[in-house]
Amino acid sequence: MMPTDGVLVGVCALIRDRDVIHVRRMAGREMERRGARAGQKTRFVTAVSEIARNVIMHGGGGEACIYMHSDPTAISVVCIDNGPGIADLDAALRDGFSTAGSMGRGLGGAQRLADVFDVVTEYGRGTRVTMMARI
Amino acid sequence: MSAASAIYFVEGVLLVAIQEDISDTDILDLQEALSERVVADAARAVVMDISALEIVDTFVGRILAQLAGVSKLLDAQTYVVGMRPAVAMTLVELGMDLSESKTALSLTHALRDLRA
Repeated sequence: MMPTDGVLVGVCALIRDRDVIHVRRMAGREMERRGARAGQKTRFVTAVSEIARNVIMHGGGGEACIYMHSDPTAISVVCIDNGPGIADLDAALRDGFSTAGSMGRGLGGAQRLADVFDVVTEYGRGTRVTMMARI
Repeated sequence: MSAASAIYFVEGVLLVAIQEDISDTDILDLQEALSERVVADAARAVVMDISALEIVDTFVGRILAQLAGVSKLLDAQTYVVGMRPAVAMTLVELGMDLSESKTALSLTHALRDLRA
């Protein structure tokens, strides 16, 4: 099952800090609509929040696309930016690594919170993060 | 200060109600306003009610932890109250702990603890 196999149910621009709230609400609403439990929803929406913030803070802005899948029921969120890319992905996925003076748990944390997590990044060209959760 | 949070001063304790969907900018503003209030009101404790928050990610978690650290330096104990079970589980998975702050199930529990 690939994220792009799903039905696109929402697109959200990620430019300003309030856009993080917007994409969280959209993803949370779609999960609720399909009967996700509170714990499932909180875990996945937290992962989305981490990545959406990265797009705005490190990627110079971008967008998030939300897909729904059936059989089995799942949600996926793809966050794309055209920013500088991640120079050392392995290091960035490790807890405690940060280039922004933050805690550096965001990327690795999001990876643990999603059932499927995939990062495609090209130095100088941008980053695409795909996250999926079964419902 | 935006309407994203409200600060009340009651019997030496600063009570902070964080509203649902607080933005990054709002919580940074809150951090500054609250540390100034701790000094201005000579507060002995800060109680932060996060029951409205469905999501606490590493950014918000870090600010909550910093708020507790700042309050401690200013000689005020911090309590985080009202955390939802799903939020607690997610924070553990993110590898975060709010070790500078005490936690209580509710505002009532925190105030009882403070009076003891």
